[in-house]
Amino acid sequence: MAVRYLGAEVQRMEDPRLLTGHGRYVDDITMEGMLHAAFLRAPMAHAKIRSIDPSRALALPGVHRVITHADLGAKYSHRMNQLYPAPVIEQNKTQYPLAKDEVCYVGEAVAVVVADSRAIAEDALALIDVDYEALPAVVNIMTALEDDAPLAHADTTSNLMGKMRSSFGDIEDSFAKADHVFSAAFMQHRGGCHSMETRGVIARDDPWGDGLTLWTSAQSPYLIRRALATWLDESEERVRVIAPDVGGGFGPKAGFYPEEVAISLAARIMKRPVKWIEDRREHFISTTTQRDQHWDLEVACTAEGKILGLRGTVTHENGAYIPYGILLPNSSLTPLPGAYSIPAIDVGVDIIFTNTVPNSPVRGAGRPCGIYAVERMVQVVSRELGIDPAEVRRRNYVRADQMPYETGAKLRGGAPCIYDSGDYEALLEKVLDLSDYHSFKERQAAARAEGRYLGIGVSSCIEDTGMGPYEGTTVRVESSGKVAVRTGAASQGQGHQTMISMLVAENLGVKPEDILFESADTAKFSHGIGTIGSRVAANVGPSAHDAASQVREKALKLAAEVLEASEADLDIEDGVVRVNGAPDLSITLGELAVQLTPMSAMRVPTGFDPVLEATSFDGSSGSPIACGSNVAEVEVDPGTGEVKVLRYSVAHDCGVMINPMVVHGQIVGGVVHGIGNALFERMIYDDQGQPLTMNYGEYLLPLASEMPRVDVTHMETPSPLNSLGVKGAGEGGTIPAAAAVVAAIENALTEFGVEIDYYPVDPQYLTELIDAGSAQAAE
Amino acid sequence: MKPAPFTYHDPTTADEAVALLATHEDAKILAGGQSLMPMLNMRFVVPDDVIDLNRIDGIAGIRDAGESIEIGAMTRQRDLMRDDVIATKAPIIPAALHWVGHFQTRNRGTIGGSLCHLDPAAELPCLMALYDAELTVQGPDGARKIPFAEWPLAYMIPSIGPDELLTGVSVPHWGGNTGHGFVEFSRRHGDFAIVAAAALLTVDAGKITRAAISIGGADVRPIRLTEAETALVGATPDAGTFKAAAEIARGIEAMSDAYVSSAYRQRLAATLVERALAAAASNLNGSA
Amino acid sequence: MADTRDIEMTVNGESHAANVETRTSLGDFLRHGLGLTGTHMGCEHGVCGACTVMVDGEAVRSCLMLAVQANGHEVTTVEGLAEDDGTMSALQEAFWKHHGLQCGFCTPGMLTSLTAFLRDNPDPSERDVREAISGNICRCTGYQGIVDAALDVAKTMQKGS
Repeated sequence: MAVRYLGAEVQRMEDPRLLTGHGRYVDDITMEGMLHAAFLRAPMAHAKIRSIDPSRALALPGVHRVITHADLGAKYSHRMNQLYPAPVIEQNKTQYPLAKDEVCYVGEAVAVVVADSRAIAEDALALIDVDYEALPAVVNIMTALEDDAPLAHADTTSNLMGKMRSSFGDIEDSFAKADHVFSAAFMQHRGGCHSMETRGVIARDDPWGDGLTLWTSAQSPYLIRRALATWLDESEERVRVIAPDVGGGFGPKAGFYPEEVAISLAARIMKRPVKWIEDRREHFISTTTQRDQHWDLEVACTAEGKILGLRGTVTHENGAYIPYGILLPNSSLTPLPGAYSIPAIDVGVDIIFTNTVPNSPVRGAGRPCGIYAVERMVQVVSRELGIDPAEVRRRNYVRADQMPYETGAKLRGGAPCIYDSGDYEALLEKVLDLSDYHSFKERQAAARAEGRYLGIGVSSCIEDTGMGPYEGTTVRVESSGKVAVRTGAASQGQGHQTMISMLVAENLGVKPEDILFESADTAKFSHGIGTIGSRVAANVGPSAHDAASQVREKALKLAAEVLEASEADLDIEDGVVRVNGAPDLSITLGELAVQLTPMSAMRVPTGFDPVLEATSFDGSSGSPIACGSNVAEVEVDPGTGEVKVLRYSVAHDCGVMINPMVVHGQIVGGVVHGIGNALFERMIYDDQGQPLTMNYGEYLLPLASEMPRVDVTHMETPSPLNSLGVKGAGEGGTIPAAAAVVAAIENALTEFGVEIDYYPVDPQYLTELIDAGSAQAAE
Repeated sequence: MKPAPFTYHDPTTADEAVALLATHEDAKILAGGQSLMPMLNMRFVVPDDVIDLNRIDGIAGIRDAGESIEIGAMTRQRDLMRDDVIATKAPIIPAALHWVGHFQTRNRGTIGGSLCHLDPAAELPCLMALYDAELTVQGPDGARKIPFAEWPLAYMIPSIGPDELLTGVSVPHWGGNTGHGFVEFSRRHGDFAIVAAAALLTVDAGKITRAAISIGGADVRPIRLTEAETALVGATPDAGTFKAAAEIARGIEAMSDAYVSSAYRQRLAATLVERALAAAASNLNGSA
Repeated sequence: MADTRDIEMTVNGESHAANVETRTSLGDFLRHGLGLTGTHMGCEHGVCGACTVMVDGEAVRSCLMLAVQANGHEVTTVEGLAEDDGTMSALQEAFWKHHGLQCGFCTPGMLTSLTAFLRDNPDPSERDVREAISGNICRCTGYQGIVDAALDVAKTMQKGS
């Protein structure tokens, strides 16, 4: 019997290399003749470019070229591609790789310097003279549609990029028959990517050889290949994109950036490889972020707290350009009923241009915002009706016996959103037990007697994971018996090599260490989609499983002939096919592979295709819906407004877990990202569009010292949508976290009547709410 | 984020450093580098010359001089935390240094660097204000001494000439039955304080006989809460007394910026002064 | 003319001599001058900790030190933590066992920091460990696996002593 890996806590195969300093990230790659680039970026949020004079920069020793839009010529004078076209995009504004005559956010690339070293390239930036004519900038989404608001783009008449809506059920009827209607308005802010590795690109152009090769720190190399080839008007075959080791992605590395075009063109112009490594200041101003969403909602419910309907409006900050379609507003609306059976929903989104860096999904995309909105309204119902937050949830969950449950909302591709499996109430009970929720009131009272303010918050979520259409895997046995496994999916630390090797090892019957894994190189696998939206396990997983099974079948069929045995009597272990009950009769997979890849004049066995290999694109037939319930326990210090997260508990269900250790890491890391959103991370712009938080002293990432221990428990409800029963796990930690933390803060400060309408919850804001509450109580 | 070009100097004596300062108009002094290096990397400062003090002998080290502790300007924050004399005679220094950056930055960061950088929220200036430490500065005409009260001229501007070098600090020793309290509020461990409060209390026969309170981060320079110090002397060290001092702290002048209002800083000053005094009263040591 | 200096330093037990531009950081010199790319530059302003190396045994930010300042000193990078035969250190093994890394980018700074910290603090509490790595930002793991790895090593060291 083959070794079982599925479900085992296998230590990651990636790790020894990374632990000993032998990772290979973009900046670790060097090549003969390589030059270094730095970008001149817009210093103001909105301006016309009157002229650019690079002459002083060009005079600096070591500077090879200064490239501007005008230098690219007519063939390369067009705007960047729209990656995800959609009918609701009314103003399809993408940027030029290098600004043409207008800049629309601080950080927009204006020119690129190519020099002998990065330091010299930076020296040259200060010597490029650009004559800007400042234009008024729009920053505040709440006033951006007013008649006298400045316009984000000089050639438009409105800052409205477009509108979209999620609407189902009879909303008028729901509100008409409700016992209560409550409302709440709140701002949500999510920060940026802040992967510890910034972005980076090396381009090498060899028109007589390999064509254009790009090494880039990216989540979606195939998307970049297509976008770049399209933009250059060249064959995809002549563009190779490689994502080497990538030091974190979290969404903003999933797109296609101006620098990827500009560095490719720089390499072409210079006829030498060119490297650009984004520095941290550039990361703050030129890597896409998520930022503001304002929600204004009404909830209709019965006297018992059963929610009948939800309606309202969302104002979504898009930033200056829309390179990435409407992924964010869309993914904010899709999860809107959350874990609940809500018969009617009607929520519209206004998507607003501002003079800030374009936005893109960050871990969870719009899902954390949509779930936060639902959870807020559940919290409002709980507070207004005086029903325990856990109990309100019990009364509203989609029940296990309702699965599959069609919510009425639409997934990104337009398909209906159907909850495939899960038991949300059972999951809640698990997390209530894990967090000692039932004894919290005693803990709270004891602490209060000591003058301390403890609070507890509950949050539940669903997550549409594993979006299609596919990822693929090729499994090929070499003559040596080693197994080459290739996939298009890029890893940014999720442990793909381990996960895929486990599946192949188990299904083919080889040792994981005999697997040679390669990924994210467009020259080595035909096509891939991208590592986004918790989709890899639910797509690559089944394909790896299937490809390995196909190779196994082929090997067994051939071995049966060679060994003159029945296939049913054969088994494969550690790469050796043996006949059960006849241990001396065996043949290795390598020997079988040789028979299928013979030398000249030899023949392939009759009835077999050459090569012991298979490729599969088997994936998920829909979006597996993962779910989770979280409990945060906090202490608030009314003297300072400080919030400490004391405990954090998670019950999560992502179906069958391939490697529980990796899932655990995804959940804990995701929770910490979510706590960062709830309490710390805030990208601040002034009213002229100048970013103010430009370093890690001002932009607060969560540190080990403030983060709690996260306790995690699992349910494993298989998804019926793929062969493994798996669901995605990458974002389920983040999605419900802010709602749990904010609810816990309010709970701690109940006596002050604190209602939070903004996150990240900073301590100054909290003390203002506490003081207002104290004053009111004194009256 | 690479520094602009500069000429690097690494003198081996203080005299040599002072001479270099006299002849190089646009020079920056590199001590521990934990503030200057980020500013160089970001090109916020673009000096023609960088004068590195790390190879100078004789301006690092800690010496017990009885009534005072003499600290060389290039003494690393790490060494202040590990030193027995300081632990015994000025335990508030290691207590406060626990809040300064992270252990990796304290391995390089120096007391002199911090005092010359003079970030108003930094812990070491707050402590030197508390003690009214005496600073020694060496210039072309020799050395001069400056009480800390006269050291900050304005926001992050110390009273030191372009051709002068901070060489040492003298921290007076508080004898008697003295306690100390240092509390600060920052968003995360190791961040600059939003507001920090430091307190020393000497108590004799149940009454406060000597008190010092300093507040960092609230104003453009660390401040002493002299009105409260005066009021404390003669009072009993109890909650009511500390509450009254806190109310005086609430009335201080405080700055506001893009992130933090003056009202919040005043509120924090009140909270933290009360807590610092309570901490000081709880660790009276009877001798130090 | 660029301002340069001839320097010598010992890195992971091997001595190196080079001529460096004085504005070059120690981190950039290790990476691009010596090809020791295990040390990662994450923020270049001294906050993220990815570039942490040990100089004369003390953990420091290599982005906040000039290469010329390491002249005559001993530097240890992540490449120098394993035994000469490639056997990983107890801390590296513990990171592996406790899933203390995902993307691996902060990992070298975490390892160098904790190697120095555990040497000086062999019996830390969880709080001590969390404060020790508060100057090392990890965006992937939520820190828990890293903390568990450090505590596990400390526990083993205690048993062994």
